[in-house]
Amino acid sequence: MDAILLQTLNGLDKGSAYALIALGLTLIFGTLGVVNFAHGALFMIGSFCAVTLSRLLTLSFETVDPTKTDFLGNPAKVKTPYVEAWFGPEAGGTIIDWAVPLAIIFAIPVMIAIGYAMERGLIKHFYKRPHADQILVTFGLAIVLQEVIKYFFGANPIPTPAPEVFKGSFDFGMLIGMDANAVIYPYWRMVYFFFAALIIGGVFAFLQFTTFGMVVRAGMADRETVGLLGINIDRKFTIMFGIAAAVAGLAGVMYTPINSPNYHMGMDFLVLSFVVVVVGGMGSLPGAVLAGFMLGILESFASMNAIKAIIPGIDQIIIYVVAIVILLTRPRGLMGRKGVMED
Amino acid sequence: MSKTTLTRRGVLRSGAVAGAGVALPTIFTASSAAAYTNEPTGSTVTLGFNVPQTGPYADEGADELRAYQLAVEHLNGEGDGGMMNTFSSKELQGNGILGKKVEFVTGDTQTKSDAARASAKSMIEKDGAVMITGGSSSGVAIAVQGLCQEAGVIFMAGLTHSNDTTGKDKKANGFRHFFNAYMSGAALAPVLAARYGADRKAYHLTADYTWGWTQEESIASATEALGWETVEKVRTPLAATDFSSYIAPVLNSGADVLILNHYGGNMVNSLTNAVQFGLREKEVNGKNFEIVVPLYSRLMAKGAGANVKGILGSTNWHWSLQDDASKAFVKSFGTKYGFPPSQAAHTVYCQTLLYADACQRAGTFNPCGVGQALEGFEFDGLGNGPTLYRADDHQCFKDVLVVQGKENPTSEFDLLEVVEVTPAAQVTYDPDHPMFAGGQLGTCNPGA
Repeated sequence: MDAILLQTLNGLDKGSAYALIALGLTLIFGTLGVVNFAHGALFMIGSFCAVTLSRLLTLSFETVDPTKTDFLGNPAKVKTPYVEAWFGPEAGGTIIDWAVPLAIIFAIPVMIAIGYAMERGLIKHFYKRPHADQILVTFGLAIVLQEVIKYFFGANPIPTPAPEVFKGSFDFGMLIGMDANAVIYPYWRMVYFFFAALIIGGVFAFLQFTTFGMVVRAGMADRETVGLLGINIDRKFTIMFGIAAAVAGLAGVMYTPINSPNYHMGMDFLVLSFVVVVVGGMGSLPGAVLAGFMLGILESFASMNAIKAIIPGIDQIIIYVVAIVILLTRPRGLMGRKGVMED
Repeated sequence: MSKTTLTRRGVLRSGAVAGAGVALPTIFTASSAAAYTNEPTGSTVTLGFNVPQTGPYADEGADELRAYQLAVEHLNGEGDGGMMNTFSSKELQGNGILGKKVEFVTGDTQTKSDAARASAKSMIEKDGAVMITGGSSSGVAIAVQGLCQEAGVIFMAGLTHSNDTTGKDKKANGFRHFFNAYMSGAALAPVLAARYGADRKAYHLTADYTWGWTQEESIASATEALGWETVEKVRTPLAATDFSSYIAPVLNSGADVLILNHYGGNMVNSLTNAVQFGLREKEVNGKNFEIVVPLYSRLMAKGAGANVKGILGSTNWHWSLQDDASKAFVKSFGTKYGFPPSQAAHTVYCQTLLYADACQRAGTFNPCGVGQALEGFEFDGLGNGPTLYRADDHQCFKDVLVVQGKENPTSEFDLLEVVEVTPAAQVTYDPDHPMFAGGQLGTCNPGA
């Protein structure tokens, strides 16, 4: 029982990341009809927004401390962050400590701008081209973006920790009457899950309860008719591309304390997120979210020793096995709509 | 009277044989002009540095490349001479190798075996490299070592820690200065027993490839010999990025030590995840829960940040060592580049000097002569204390460092501290040890 609960909880945070990325992918596909293989790179750039802000907040000036020496035996240079010099060590230290949550504010305009530039500068030229062309160009763009990040930040992972108050874990099992250490769960992963739920809820509310969202939904259902009504749907879809980029970026920002970001992390998530979109149903937002959480949890279960003892290597293939089974039994995915990608 | 027996089928067969002969890659065929592959005939000799310049180990590859460039400078008499001044052999005079100026070409392994073989092949065939060196992965090292054996050039391995490199996959043309997984286990086990006691239960998470397997086997064997019980061995996919689902069950398993047989990005992520799950703050079986990372790298430790604090592991060399050789290397490298060298930089610098010195002593670049000079060679003054290049398997035997993540680092480089220097005798094993069984060195191949 405790093992099941444990892996369910693990699957929730993994599923949160899949769901957020898949949500953005589906938004872009549903509105613009573009299969965007650069979406994982947007997740990665979001995480590097957190790294960048963390570095900005720790920009320092150097003073020579004659009592200490560096690795060459010269007088050591001591670095003091400007933030600590301006606001005092305590307040400055707290600001630096909260770099990741603060990066949310930093990342939103940056990611919207990147999404906007990407759509206007490159992707709009491929709207009427075959999906294969779109995949090639966006995949190429993803590689360019990750090489740019590697050039500036290097290939090694960069630790970007959570605020001190969210470090460590709590005994979830004891809260529900289980033995000590039966179900341990890190605070930040819980934060990530609730953050993802908030973003997903926000996107759905935006689409459901605003006039803009209503037009976008109408455009997703029948672009031509909306255009005939005199609405500039292209402009609205461009904004949606920016929003989708921001969703992926925010997913990346908040993921940095879970795994130290590196230039390749977008690619690690991209393929799985595409499977999530296909399993959920191309163009279906609820399907993407449902499939994201479902596959995250299944992946967690597949890495249990008891399961691996029965089917060795299942942890590496479970998502693809489930995808095959679902596509065989429900060819449009869990919540796919008729006519999407069927022509 | 003679009878002509030319037939259409015979002509075709002969043509096919002749065509195949012409098409055979030149590196696998004999040349009547040269005594061995890429024999240097001019005033220069070319070495091939095959390191990851792209991909996940690119930073490690960049540090290796810096060290190679430094070694070439020193061999050619430029710079301060670095460890050439402390090296026990005094054959190198700063005038290149055997009077020929050292030049180099580089290749990008991408940390992929096929790409590494392709770049090594190109450096041998097109650039005339007489020796290939480098790599930051055991899979790559084994693949390139095999190619060099076929091509008839010496391979001086870079960062490769799998037992197999000088075990079942050893080759006469291949030589390894870096330590191996068995040595990590032999060095770490006594320190683990002293720190954590002899009554412990260990849980292994292991990267599912050649290096991970030999590391797991080595550490489990060494700790079980102390009386530790191995509770579980779990293999994790090399491509895994989130290890939470593998780490979550650890506390419930009865284990009180987690051993992470991971390297690179795997190590950074699994250690970060383990610390997130609060394992180090827990008490199991009445003891503090402990984490061990058997193979440490400073560059990787940097990626894990504060999570490495207090965690034990082993390393081939560390810049904080205070022997004359290490200080000379750190000064030379640090002055040129502005930061201390990594263990990867150290081992490739040593390999370059060792190769050059062997050529000098042998009086030739012929791989068989160079190999003979390296076999059984005893030396000192390269930062690891007295060292033997064992003839039986071409593995260096030297002291191994047990290190610990530093609690209060004084700089961004000051991440690890040496807690024990394990003498070479304690990490030495028989050439026919079961963990290294299954392969033969064979005979050296000079190529041409």
